[in-house]
Amino acid sequence: MTVAQPETQPQGLNFECETGNYHTFCPISCVAWLYQKIEDSFFLVIGTKTCGYFLQNAMGVMIFAEPRYAMAELEEGDISAQLNDYEELKRLCLQIKRDRNPSVIVWIGTCTTEIIKMDLEGLAPKLEAEINIPIVVARANGLDYAFTQGEDTVLAAMAGRCPDKAPTSDAEKGERHAIHKLLQFGRKPEDVATEERGYVQHPPLVLFGSLPDPVVTQLTLELKKQGIKVSGWLPTKRYTELPVIEEGYYVSGVNPFLSRTASTLMRRRKCKLIGAPFPIGPDGTRAWIEKICSVFGITPTGLAEREQMIWESLEDYVKLIRGKSVFFMGDNLLEISLARFLIRCGMTCPEIGIPYMDKRYQSAELALLEKTCHEMDVPMPTIVEKPDNYNQIQRIDDLCPDLVITGMAHANPLEARGINTKWSVEFTFAQIHGFSNARDILELVTRPLRRNHVLKDLGWDTLVRETVTAVN
Amino acid sequence: MKLAYWMYAGPAHIGTLRVATSFKNVHAIMHAPLGDDYFNVMRSMLERERNFTPVTTSVVDRHVLANGSQEKVVDNITRKDAEEHPDLIVLTPTCTSSILQEDLQNFVDRAQIDTKGDVLLADVNHYRVNELQAGDRTLQQIVQFYIEKARKHGDLSTEKTSEPSVNIIGISTLGFHNQHDCTELKRLMSDLGITVNAVIPEGASVHELKHLPRAWFNLVPYRELGLMTAKYLQSEFGIPLVDICPMGVVETARCLRTIQTILNQQGAPVDYEHFIHDQTLYVSQAAWFSRSIDCQNLTGKKAVVFGDSTHAAAMTKILTREMGIHVVWAGTYCKYDSEWFQAQVEGFCDQVLITDDNGAVGDAIARAEPSAIFGTQMERHVGKRLNIPCGVIAAPIHIQNFPIGYKPFLGYEGTNQIADLVYNSFTLGMEDHLLEIFGGHDTKEVIQKTISADSDLNWNRDAQSELNKIPGFVRGKVKRNTEKFARDRGFSEITLDVMYAAKEAVGA
Repeated sequence: MTVAQPETQPQGLNFECETGNYHTFCPISCVAWLYQKIEDSFFLVIGTKTCGYFLQNAMGVMIFAEPRYAMAELEEGDISAQLNDYEELKRLCLQIKRDRNPSVIVWIGTCTTEIIKMDLEGLAPKLEAEINIPIVVARANGLDYAFTQGEDTVLAAMAGRCPDKAPTSDAEKGERHAIHKLLQFGRKPEDVATEERGYVQHPPLVLFGSLPDPVVTQLTLELKKQGIKVSGWLPTKRYTELPVIEEGYYVSGVNPFLSRTASTLMRRRKCKLIGAPFPIGPDGTRAWIEKICSVFGITPTGLAEREQMIWESLEDYVKLIRGKSVFFMGDNLLEISLARFLIRCGMTCPEIGIPYMDKRYQSAELALLEKTCHEMDVPMPTIVEKPDNYNQIQRIDDLCPDLVITGMAHANPLEARGINTKWSVEFTFAQIHGFSNARDILELVTRPLRRNHVLKDLGWDTLVRETVTAVN
Repeated sequence: MKLAYWMYAGPAHIGTLRVATSFKNVHAIMHAPLGDDYFNVMRSMLERERNFTPVTTSVVDRHVLANGSQEKVVDNITRKDAEEHPDLIVLTPTCTSSILQEDLQNFVDRAQIDTKGDVLLADVNHYRVNELQAGDRTLQQIVQFYIEKARKHGDLSTEKTSEPSVNIIGISTLGFHNQHDCTELKRLMSDLGITVNAVIPEGASVHELKHLPRAWFNLVPYRELGLMTAKYLQSEFGIPLVDICPMGVVETARCLRTIQTILNQQGAPVDYEHFIHDQTLYVSQAAWFSRSIDCQNLTGKKAVVFGDSTHAAAMTKILTREMGIHVVWAGTYCKYDSEWFQAQVEGFCDQVLITDDNGAVGDAIARAEPSAIFGTQMERHVGKRLNIPCGVIAAPIHIQNFPIGYKPFLGYEGTNQIADLVYNSFTLGMEDHLLEIFGGHDTKEVIQKTISADSDLNWNRDAQSELNKIPGFVRGKVKRNTEKFARDRGFSEITLDVMYAAKEAVGA
C-alpha cells in the first residue's frame, strides 16, 4: 500500500464515504453494559421481537443473570394504535417498579417507535410524575446510529438530569460524590483536608463516558498525580449520584463515540469541552492528560518517563506487530484511536473504516493520528466513513493485510481464507483506557498472530475450496 | 405491549433467512435498519461457517423513512445479481418493513427485469408468524415458485424414479443437530434400499426443485419445517408424505413401517420387519440399554420436558415408553401447533404445558422438582440455578449444541445418542445427591503450600476493595502477582498505586 500523491500536495488524511452497507451491532446493545454500570437503573427497550432476539443472542449468557433490562415488546395492537401507548407503558413500568424498584427507568426508543412516531419524550414526564420514578428517554435506534453510539444517546439524555447546583451542606456533599467518597473512605476530616491540598486550584472538571469502575479509578488517579481533581463522572455507579454540572464547568470525553453527549454538555449545560485525543494507548493517555493540564495551565510532571516505561513494558508484544499491517473494517467508532495507537506501535494501516466520523469532536485525535503517521514515517490511512463491506472484502483480497479488525459476521470466513482477524467487539468490552491497560489492547491485537504462529507450519491456512471470495 | 426478557422462537425474518441461506447460491436481501443483520453473526458463530453468509441489508435509514426506499431496494438487488450471480434473490421483509408498508412486490417485479437470477419476495408478516412458521412458509414458497416455473417452461420432471426414492424435506441451517440428522437419515434410506432424490433446503440448488415430483414419497422429519411443502407436493402431484419423526426406537420403527406401506402401495414389494428387528435388538444399543440394570435404576424417576413440538413430543415418548421414566409434565413453545402436541404426548405425561413465557416454564420446573430436565438452553440455566441436571434437546441453542462430532438425534444412531444423554443427565444428578449425603468427595483439606493465599502483606482498604472488584477467577492470580511485585520491591503495604504499578510491570 503506497500512497501515490503529487509532491506538491501536502500529505493529509484522506476521507471517503461509501454506501453504508456494513455490519455492525444495533445501538440498543448499549443496555448490556450500561445496566451493569448504572447499578440502580432499569433499561426498558421499547421495540419488537427483532430487537429482543438481537439482545438475547448478542449478549449471550448475560441474559441469564436476571438482567435489569427487558423488552416492551410491541404487538400488532400497538402498531395500529388500537392500544393506548401511555396506558401500556404505565402498566409495564408499574410492574418493573413493583418487581425491581429501580432509581431510574431508561426507555430505549427503537426503529419501530420512530416509525410509528410514538412520542416517548412526551409520555415520559407525565408518567414520571404519576409513578414517581425518573424516566430517561434515549432514541438508540438503527435508523440513525451504530453500535456504541447507543451509549452516546443515553448519556446525552442523562446529561440533562445532572443536578445544576452544588450541594451546600457537607452531609449532602458526602452523599453525592461517589469517587470522592471512594478516595476518602474511612479517613479523618483532617486527612481529607491534606488530601485536598494535593490538588491544584482549577475550575471543576467532569469526565464523560461509561467505563468499568477499575478504569475510572485508574484515570482519576492518573489526573490526581498532576494535581487535577475530577469532580464527577457521567455516568456514575448509581443514577442518584449523577455529578453536579454547573455553567462554566470543564468537561472531557474518554471515548470517541460521545459527540452528542459532548454537544449536549456544551449547548445545554454551557460547559467548556476539552477536545483531546482519547486515553487509549500510552500515547493517547499522555496526550489526553497533557491537553487537560494545558487547559488548566498546569505543567505535567513525569509523563514522558511514564509513557516511556509503559512502552518498554510493552516491547514483547510490540515486536510481534512491528512492520505488520492492520485493516479496520469499522463498526464501533474506536477505530481512529486504535489505529493511531497501533501505528505508534510500528504497524501500517491502509484503511480505517468507521461508521460515523465527527471531525470536530475527534479533531484532536485526528491531528494526533496525522502527527503519528509523520513521526513513524508511514503512509496516511484512508478513513472510510459508512463503509461497504463487500468492497472492503475486495480491498482486503488485494492488500492481504496481516490483521483485519472486524465484526463476527466476517471473522470466520476471513480466517478460512487465511486472513488473521480480531473480533472488533472485544475492544468495547475489554479495559483499554489509560496507561495500565495498553497491555490489554495488545494482548487482543496480537492474539490471532500468536495463535496462528503456533499453527503456521501445518499448512492449514486456506480452508475453503474455491478461491473466489463471496461476501454478503 | 408485553414485558419480555427472553424468547424461544425468533422473529419471522430469521426463519426466512435460515431457509434461503440453506440453499446453494441463493442470496437474501433484508429490508431492514442497520444492525438487523445479526443473523450473519449467528450463522458465522454457531455454525462456524467458513463462507460469507449470503445475506445483505438494503438499509432503511432516516432518508428512507422520509422518501421511501425508491430505487434503493431495486439497486441493491441488481447489484447483488451482478456481483455474485445467485440463482435466486429472496427479498426479506422485517418488522420495520411490515410497518412501512412499502410496495416491496413492486420492487421485486422491477428488479426482475434487469436481473439474470430470479427474485422473490418472502411472504411473511412479522406480527403474525414466528421464525418457525416463516421458515415453513418460505420453503413452500420457493418450491412452488420453481415447480410453477418449470411447468411453464415445460421441463418439469414428473416421471417417478425406477427404484423407490425419497425427498427429505426440512433440513436447514441453524437447526438443532440438523446436519447429523441428515447424514443419519441418508444412511437409513440407503440401508432400506431407498434412493435419496433430493434433500431440501440444506445444500440444495434451486435447479433441483423441478425434479422433486420424481420421488415416491416425501419424508418430513421435523414438525416445524417442511410440512407445508410436503402438503403442497401431495396436493399437486399426489406424492404421499411421511411426517413421523424417526426419533426413538419405537417411533423409528413406526416411521419405517409407514414408509413400507407407502412403497407397497406403489408396487414395491419391500419388507422392513427383519431390518427393524435386527437394528432394534442387536445394532442400536437403546433397546438393550432400557433392559439393562442401569436403566432399571431410572424407573419412576421424575423428569420434565420442554422444547419445540418435534423434539419435546419425541423425547416425552422415549422417556416414558422406552425407559420407564415418569414425565411430570411435557411442554412446547409452539403455541400455534398446540393441538398436535397435546395429541402426541397424550398418555405419556401427567400434564401438558403450552407457553412461550420462560418464567412460567422456570416456575413449573421449580414446582415439579424433577431429577432431570430435558429442554432448551434456557431450561439448562434454570437447572443450574436449581441444581438439577439438564439435557438440551431443542433450540434455542448455543455454540456447544453445534458439536463437531457425529451426534444425530434421529434414526438408530440417534437412539444411542439419546440414551447417553438421558443416562448422563440422571447419573450426574445421582452422583451429586450421594456426594451431598456423604459430605463431599474428600473431607481432608488439600494443602498446597506453593499457592497459599495467606500473606504477610497488608492491603489497604482502597486496594482491597479494588481487588474485590476483579472477577473471581483471576483474583487469586492478581493478588499473588501484586504481592510478589510488592515483596520484590520492599513495599510493606499494598495501595492502589502499588497495584497498578504491579499491573504495568508484570501484567498482574
